[in-house]
Amino acid sequence: MTLVLDRVTRQVGGLTHIYETSLELAAGSLNILLGPTLAGKTSLMRLMAGLDRPTTGRLLVDGVNVTGSGVRDRSVAMVYQQFINYPSFTVYDNIASPLRRSGLARNALDQRVRAMAASLHIDGLLDRMPSELSGGQQQRTALARALVKDSDLLLLDEPLVNLDYKLREGLREELRGIFRTGTATVVYATTEPHEALMLGGDTIVVDAGRILQTGPTAHVFRNPASTRVGEVFSDPPMNMVDGTIDTDAATLGQGVRVPLAPHMKALQPGRYRFGVRANYLFVSPQDADDIAFSAQVELAEISGSETFIHVSNADFKWVAQEEGVHGFDLGQSITLYLSPRHLLVFGQDDTLVAAPEPTTPERANGPHRT
Amino acid sequence: MRIQKRTIALILYFVLLLLPIYWMLNMSLRTNADILTTFSLIPTDPTLKNYLKIFTDASWYSGYLNSIYYVTLNTVISLTVALPAAYAFSRYSFLGDKHMFFWLLTNRMAPPAVFLLPFFQLYSTVGLIDTHIAVAISHCLFNVPLAVWILEGFMSGVPREIDEMSYIDGYSFPRFFLTVFVPLIRTGIGVTAFFCFMFSWVELLLARTLTTTDAKPIAATMTRTVSATGLDWGLLAAAGILTIVPGALVIWFVRNYIAKGFALGRV
Repeated sequence: MTLVLDRVTRQVGGLTHIYETSLELAAGSLNILLGPTLAGKTSLMRLMAGLDRPTTGRLLVDGVNVTGSGVRDRSVAMVYQQFINYPSFTVYDNIASPLRRSGLARNALDQRVRAMAASLHIDGLLDRMPSELSGGQQQRTALARALVKDSDLLLLDEPLVNLDYKLREGLREELRGIFRTGTATVVYATTEPHEALMLGGDTIVVDAGRILQTGPTAHVFRNPASTRVGEVFSDPPMNMVDGTIDTDAATLGQGVRVPLAPHMKALQPGRYRFGVRANYLFVSPQDADDIAFSAQVELAEISGSETFIHVSNADFKWVAQEEGVHGFDLGQSITLYLSPRHLLVFGQDDTLVAAPEPTTPERANGPHRT
Repeated sequence: MRIQKRTIALILYFVLLLLPIYWMLNMSLRTNADILTTFSLIPTDPTLKNYLKIFTDASWYSGYLNSIYYVTLNTVISLTVALPAAYAFSRYSFLGDKHMFFWLLTNRMAPPAVFLLPFFQLYSTVGLIDTHIAVAISHCLFNVPLAVWILEGFMSGVPREIDEMSYIDGYSFPRFFLTVFVPLIRTGIGVTAFFCFMFSWVELLLARTLTTTDAKPIAATMTRTVSATGLDWGLLAAAGILTIVPGALVIWFVRNYIAKGFALGRV
């Protein structure tokens, strides 16, 4: 099913939740809605589902205008962030509920419910009530109910966010497999950049009720169209610094001279903003042409095998992500290294003008396995 | 020591609470002459004569049947009207919804006597005087707002996503409401039914004024025991005991719901 949003807006009580948005989702595609909290991800999903009507604009499904038709007349399934199941139905009846409404014969229904439950590993829990399940099992039930329907459009609104880390990892892997084999057009909302990267597909970056960028996930990640996309689509947010480019070199901040990397050669001299992801900042030189910054440590957070070092100097406040556990004192002066090959260059209007070539070996930014 | 003190206090409390009821039971098992001549804590010569009279005399037991009939009617009407209304208040926002909700509640603030005259005038105009439905409808004025208020609290406790999910799954609204939503708020419905029942059961003024013979409530029948020879104490006490029974039964059935309702803070 192709879903087209044609100049859609949504206003609620004088507030604009979605500014004019046009979007086309290809049949059978996997689309990641990526954006911070309150960006409008859920609002967009509700419009796609038909739970809300757009204030202006049209929705087309396979070329047919469905703007006025309600959610019951569409082939939609949805999974919410909260674990929403029918509290008074057993797990079996929960999963069977959409099939019963579509009038499926008892035998076929039973078969499909059991197969779906087995594929999500809840076949042993079919007689339980949702309140007797753990959070992960409840969300599996909700997923099973959405998937068993075999709808054309599958909407998942941050389905894993209320689960603990381990469950999330496991379920995400399973979802990847389900998306790959399924035929539905999938929309998956998330706030986490690395979740988007793991799931692959296409990414739609949303912020403050607007779509900032759409495209294949890896492409959007490497070429954020604006500084805001860079901030949204990296965790911790992309580090930014103002600077200039002249004929043979760039100057970052107040005087760190940087030789021009290949992707920056074609740029006109002038003022630019430079962005670099936290994982490309190092505390020791990695390469002969690395440039060095000095900065004061404001905070060092150790998260398992990584250290996040918050640093600042006169020009910027940055976060560096380092492998391994490093101890730093507050206020300590350290030198950070980065390669000009990893610098993204944004123009004065905050739009991307130059990004590193994709051939640049991508160092572990989370589990990047697409 | 502490527990003992508490036990003593509770026992004292219950004795004080149950003494009038016990006294009524005591009287109901004695003849009028016995009551008026001797004082005794335990009936010396217990008799079921008073109860037998109530159960055999149509003018007595029809009072109970009338009361039960219009109370049940009222509870059913109140719930049928209040369920959709409470759903609207809990799920939709419309112009003046909060004011309307408050206005509904203010109906309960007026004493029934205020509405007595207009009701009597109105009902006699449309020929509803002395019918069960007249009493049932007049009690709705007080019970519907209360029912809406209690049910709205319970309904707002159900996530809106459950409604949406049902629509996504293909439920029609009536089907969703009856098979998914109502089971989720059955505690609230139980509590609401209890309060409607209780109000309608004990309300005397409207019930007596709007009826004459055919739909006369038991409370009105009880005033008949005043005669030239004085009060028939035993008969009156037996009628009183029988009046407590339906209320006690309802409380027994909804006692768990009531506790839950109190916990949810709306009752």
